Amino acid sequence: MASPALLAAAGEVGGDFFKERTSGTLPCQADGSHLFCFDWAKENIDRYGEPAQQHLEIVVLSVVIGFAIAFALALFAHRSRWAQPPLLAATGVLYTIPSIAFFFLLLPVTGFGRDTAVIVLAAYTLQIIYRNTILGLANVPASVKDAARGMGLTERQILLRVELPLAIPEIIAGLRVAVVSTIAIATLVVFINAGGLGTQMYGSGNLTFPTSIIIAAAIVMAMALAFDLVLLTVQRLTTPWRRVGSA
Amino acid sequence: MSAFPLASFAGAIEFIFSPQTSNVTGGNEVGGFDKSMELVLKHLEVTVLALAIALIVALPLGLYLGHKGRGELFAVGFGNAGRAIPELAVIALVAVLIGVGLKTVAPALAVLGIAPILVNTFVGVRQVDPAAVEAARGMGMSELGIVRKVELPLAIPTVMGGVRSAAIVILATATIAPLAGVETLGDFILNRNVYGENGLLAGAILVAVLALAIEGLLALLQRRLTSDGLKVKTA
Repeated sequence: MASPALLAAAGEVGGDFFKERTSGTLPCQADGSHLFCFDWAKENIDRYGEPAQQHLEIVVLSVVIGFAIAFALALFAHRSRWAQPPLLAATGVLYTIPSIAFFFLLLPVTGFGRDTAVIVLAAYTLQIIYRNTILGLANVPASVKDAARGMGLTERQILLRVELPLAIPEIIAGLRVAVVSTIAIATLVVFINAGGLGTQMYGSGNLTFPTSIIIAAAIVMAMALAFDLVLLTVQRLTTPWRRVGSA
Repeated sequence: MSAFPLASFAGAIEFIFSPQTSNVTGGNEVGGFDKSMELVLKHLEVTVLALAIALIVALPLGLYLGHKGRGELFAVGFGNAGRAIPELAVIALVAVLIGVGLKTVAPALAVLGIAPILVNTFVGVRQVDPAAVEAARGMGMSELGIVRKVELPLAIPTVMGGVRSAAIVILATATIAPLAGVETLGDFILNRNVYGENGLLAGAILVAVLALAIEGLLALLQRRLTSDGLKVKTA
């Protein structure tokens, strides 16, 4: 059972979640006595459109920025080996700091809102993408590079035509982990007023309406699954030789 | 929030060590070293408890599935799906549907830690050289002995990778545990109308430091647990 404090707050949340209903009795209590309220869900499903769009924007922006930075760092560290340990440590620190703490550490600098959310989430993706890209490049067999060099390819051509294509599976594997975890963590940006689907879980500062929490969580997880499948498809399309080899 | 970032951080550090008069709740003393330590300990208590539950569930299961070579789809699928679970929803649902307090929050946090430990244990055991397992079997070692003395030691780096991920996600999510009635460091952050801006920043600093400390500690532990033979190979 919920605590008295949460129950006391239920009225307030009820006011928020049910205010658009103009007539008839409430379909469910807002206090957790119903696990899921289909009537309410049917009537209110459109309220998730905007938060879902905000959520998506934040995730895409964060991952694109994170990927650009991590990929550039990995290419640099691939050439300059000495940079690998410090970069791994630095991205590791960013990855370890819990995002919710990170949001508030940046608050005095970048304030409430989407900028802070995107900076933190992008920083969070760096380690995964960086590590996998380095790993993918390192896994390219030396014999393949030798063959390419023997064919007269320049170092730049070897990177673009041999190393990077062969590293695609690892790079996309990293990207998949980054995207899926960013989609889940982006629910927390509600705490710095950056919108997203977290707003439909945390309501107006209270969390007492299971139906809305469940719907929002389901959208988040469906979004993660969809992105995961899209990236998996991209990986398969971009590495046709893998399918031939494994067949 | 102060116009000058450094000033805000100075205020937050001061808040951690000495109580301040709240400018929000009219004259009450808030923060201070004792309160900070109380919340740090509570935060650690929840984290350790949840991590222990996650280990008890996920480690034997991962070892078993890995040893038998079964349930790859389950273990890896569970690991992937686990990453997609929104932490906020877990805490919120548990608070509303099951109840508040340490007894409900710790198992809820453990759920988040099970996925990384399970998948890493499974993958770690599967990656063990089959020749080593065959040799152990040929020497007459029991199946349990193989798991304990061959597969687990060889899988330690991967297993510990999962434990570290689990610890971090649990510690991070414990920050929103005050929403479910457990007073962790998140209390400083979420109860802005009690602790004010300094408390908010102080909470964020303490959570970040705690996370880095735990990560460092587990990295050391991983080094201690990894057999010398493995270290030579990777060096």
